[in-house]
Amino acid sequence: MSEPLIFEKSRTGRKGASLPECDVPAVAAVELLGADNIRKSLPLPEVSELDVVRHFTHLSQRNYSIDGGLYPLGSCTMKYNPKVNEKAASIPGFASLHPLQPVESVQGALAILYELQAMLTEICGMKMTTLQPSAGAHGELLAMMMVKAYHADRGESHRNIVVIPDAAHGTNPASAARCNFKVKGVPSNSRGLTDLDALDQALDQNVAAFMLTNPNTVGLFESDILQICERVHRSGGLVYCDGANMNAMLGITRPGDMGFDVMHFNLHKTFSTPHGGGGPGCGAVSVQDALAPYLPVPLVVKSGGGDSARYDFDFDRPKSIGKIHSFYGAFLLAVRAYTYIRSNGAEGMREIGENALLNANYVRARLADYFDVAYGNRTCMHEVVLSAQKQKQKNGVRALDISKRLMDFGFHPPTNYFPLIVPEALMIEPTETESKQTLDEFIAAMIQIAEECENDPDVVKSAPHNTVVSRLDETMAVKNLDLRYEPGRSDSE
Amino acid sequence: MMAAIGIQDFQELLAPIPASVQLKEGLALPPALDEYNLVRHLQALAGKNDDLEANLCFLGAGIYDHFRPTVIGALQSRGEFLTAYTPYQPEVSQGMLQAIYEYQSLICALTAMDLSNASMYDAATGLAEAGLMATSLTDRPEIVCSSAVNPHYREVIRTYAESTGYRLVEAPFHGLETDLDVLRSIVSDRTACVIAQQPNFFGALDDIREITEIAHRSGALSVISTDPISLGLLNPPGNYDVDIVVGEGQSLGSPMGFGGPLLGFFACKQRFVRSFPGRIVGATVDQQGRRGYTMTLRTREQDIRREKATSNICTNQALIALAATIYMCELGKNGLHGVAELCLQKAHYSERILSAIPGVTGMPAASKFFKEFVITVPGDPAELNRRLLKDKIVGGLPLGPYYPEMANSMLVCVTETKSRADIDRFAASLAEQIRA
Repeated sequence: MSEPLIFEKSRTGRKGASLPECDVPAVAAVELLGADNIRKSLPLPEVSELDVVRHFTHLSQRNYSIDGGLYPLGSCTMKYNPKVNEKAASIPGFASLHPLQPVESVQGALAILYELQAMLTEICGMKMTTLQPSAGAHGELLAMMMVKAYHADRGESHRNIVVIPDAAHGTNPASAARCNFKVKGVPSNSRGLTDLDALDQALDQNVAAFMLTNPNTVGLFESDILQICERVHRSGGLVYCDGANMNAMLGITRPGDMGFDVMHFNLHKTFSTPHGGGGPGCGAVSVQDALAPYLPVPLVVKSGGGDSARYDFDFDRPKSIGKIHSFYGAFLLAVRAYTYIRSNGAEGMREIGENALLNANYVRARLADYFDVAYGNRTCMHEVVLSAQKQKQKNGVRALDISKRLMDFGFHPPTNYFPLIVPEALMIEPTETESKQTLDEFIAAMIQIAEECENDPDVVKSAPHNTVVSRLDETMAVKNLDLRYEPGRSDSE
Repeated sequence: MMAAIGIQDFQELLAPIPASVQLKEGLALPPALDEYNLVRHLQALAGKNDDLEANLCFLGAGIYDHFRPTVIGALQSRGEFLTAYTPYQPEVSQGMLQAIYEYQSLICALTAMDLSNASMYDAATGLAEAGLMATSLTDRPEIVCSSAVNPHYREVIRTYAESTGYRLVEAPFHGLETDLDVLRSIVSDRTACVIAQQPNFFGALDDIREITEIAHRSGALSVISTDPISLGLLNPPGNYDVDIVVGEGQSLGSPMGFGGPLLGFFACKQRFVRSFPGRIVGATVDQQGRRGYTMTLRTREQDIRREKATSNICTNQALIALAATIYMCELGKNGLHGVAELCLQKAHYSERILSAIPGVTGMPAASKFFKEFVITVPGDPAELNRRLLKDKIVGGLPLGPYYPEMANSMLVCVTETKSRADIDRFAASLAEQIRA
C-alpha cells in the first residue's frame, strides 16, 4: 500500500506546532514591510502533528537501513553507527552553540575540533588536517584547489593535468574538472592494480597530480604504492589518496607513510557518523607539509597545555585558498567522529581494520565457487568485487537482477556496476561490525541466488518480489519529469 | 573463518601491503573510554561552552536560533532514516525518496520556483555552485555579488571562483542596501550572474525586482540567497523572475550546532532542468503501475558523467533536508507565517527599544527589515559583548571585522524564541554596559 503525499493529507485550518502569543506591541506587517513585499499565498500543507508523525513513521517503514540489517554496499562502509554518537551530538553544550560566539565561550567545542584534527592526522600519518569539507567530493575539490595553488606558487601553473585510474570513483574526475584540470586516464593492469608502465607514460611536466584510491576500488591494495608515489613525485606531481576505503587501513598502515601528499577521509564512512540517507557527511582533508600553507581558513590551534590550554581559530594564513564552508564544517559530525575514536582508542582502531579485512575475505572465500572474483580469487582488503559475468552469459541474469533478488532475502544489495572496469560488478563490503552468523546468512542467500540463476532464472530477473514497490520505470521518470507535487495532477491523487 | 579463507595466521592477509609501511606499533591515540566515562568526558567538554539554552543569544548572520518542535528530532532520529545510504536502490528506499520528493515540492512552494534539487552542503557552497552554473550557461567570466551578501558566503564564492578561473566582482551597498546605481554600472555583457541576498546581511530588504532586471538587461542570471523563515511572510523570489534561489535551511528545524551540518537549498527555473547541480528525485511507476520515487536526471551526475558532470557533488545533506521537510509540514502554512510574523514584530520592538538607549542608533529610517538589524554603539562592540556575556547574554555580531567602516556597529538578530522579558533584559544590560 502506498503512502500518500503529505500534501494530499492537507485540510484547511489544520495545524501542527503551537506557537507563543505575540508579547510585544505589534505593528501591521504591511506598515513595516510595504504591501509589495508581502506574499499573497503560502501553499504549504495544513496537517496535524499526528498526521506528521504517522506520515514520516510510515515513510521510515519503507526504508532499508543498517539498524534494520546488513548493508554490504561496497565503497560506502555501512558499519553500525553507535547510538552514543547521537547522544553526544545532542548535548546542548554542543548542539546549541552559535558559530560566531566569542571564542572564550566555546573552548570545549574548539577542543573537540583540535583533538579530532590531531587524531586524524595521526591515523593517516600526515602533518595537518582540516575538518571543513562537507563530503568526500568536497574534500577532493578542496585538494584540487590546493594542488592548483601549490603549483601556481612554484611558478608551475602550466601543470594542468590530473591523472586518474579508470577504476576511480566518478567524483575524482568531476572534482578535478571543477578546478579546470584536464583529466587523463590510466588503465589498470591484469592484476587489477595501477599499471606502472601506463602511469609512466601519463606522467610528464604538465601533470599536477595523480589521484588514487587505496585500497583501490577493486578492493585490492596497491602493492606498488611506494614506486607509484616516487614516480609521480619525480615528475613534479603530487599524489592524492581518495580515502573512501580508509577503513581497511585503520591501525594497520598509513597513507602518509606510503608517500601520499594529501587525502580525504569520509567521517560518515570510516568513523561511523551516520549516512543519514545520503548525508550530511564530513570529508576531512589531511596534508603533508608541502600543502599545509594552502589549507582553508580557519584552522583550530592550541596554545598552552593542561588546565591553561587555550584554543583559537587561526585565520592568519596568507597562502590559504580561503574558505569552502559557511563556517567550520559539520561540527556535530566532528563530535560523533571524536566520540567514535575515543571509544575505540589505538587498539580498537586496529581491530576495526583487521576485522574489516577478515570479514571481506571470508565472504570472498565462501562465494568464490559460485561467482567470479574480479582479477582472480586473491586476498582482498575490506571489500570484494564479484562479477556476474558467468551468470549473464550462461543464464541471462545480470548483476542488477542479483542485487534486486537479494532484497527478497532481506538484505540490501551490494554496489553494482562499479568499478566500471569489472563487467557485471557486485562490490561487497561487509564491514567489521557484522557477525559471522550474519555473514553466513548473506552467503547462504547469495549461494541460493546463484543456484536460482541456473534453475529458475526468471525468479531472479523479475525480483524483487517482496518490496513495497517492484522495479521502477526509470525511463518514464526521465521522459515524463515529475519533480514536485502540483495540485490537481491526476497521478498524484 | 581463517580456515575458510585458507590462512593460518591473520598476518597473511596483510601480504599485499609492503612490509616497510606496515605499522609496527599502535597509533598514538588517547586511551579508549567505556561508554559511561566517555559520556562524562563529553559532558565535561560541553560544560566548557556557554550554550544558548543557558544564555540569551542575539547572534544571527546566517545561523538562527528558531524553535524546533519535538517531533522533528523524534522522527529524524529513526534509524531507518539515520542509518540508510543514498537511495540508489529505490525498491528499498521509498521512504527517503518520497521524503526528498516532498522536500523538493516544499522548497518550490516556499520560493515560488519550478525546480529544487535534493540539497547542497550549505548556502555558501550553493551560491558558489549557482555562480559556476551561470558562468557555464552564459559562457561569461564574471560573477557580480552584492557586498550586502553574507561575508562568509562571499568568501566561499571567491574561493570557488578563483580556483575555476572566474572573477568575482563585489558591488557596494549604500544605506545598508545594495547600491543599484553602482550595480547598473558594474553589470555588463561579461557578467554571468548577479548574486544578492534577501533580506540582506544587514537584515534589510533589497530591491530584488530591480536587481533581477539589471541582471536580465545584460543577459545575466539573477541569483538570490534567501532566509526560508522570511518566506513565511515575504514575497518569494520566484515572483520577481529570479533565476536561481539559494538559501540556508538550518533555520528549518535543525540546531545551530556551531555552524554545521547545514543545509543548502537550491531552486531554479524549469529551463535549467538539464544543467543544474545535485541530485533530484522524481515520481514514476513500478511494473504494476504503482506510484514510486527514484533518483532521476542522473546523466548530469558525477558517477555517470565523470569529468563532464554538472557538479562534483555526491553526498549531500539528506537528513537535514528531512528535518526541514518535517519542520515545514509541522508548521505548515499558518505556522510558518506565524513564526515569520513573530520574528518581524520582535525584531522591530527590539530595534525600537535598543535605539532608544542613549548613544545607540538603529536602522536608517526608511529601511525595511525582517528579523535582523544593525545598531551602532559607543565604543567597541566586541568589548561590550565580553561584558554582556557575564550577564549570560551573547550580544549581536560586531561588524568591524567584515566592514572596517562599521567598527562601532553590531548586527542583532531577534527570533520568535525571545520573549519580551528577554529583549528587555538585553536592552537593560546593554544600556548598563554602555554607561559603565
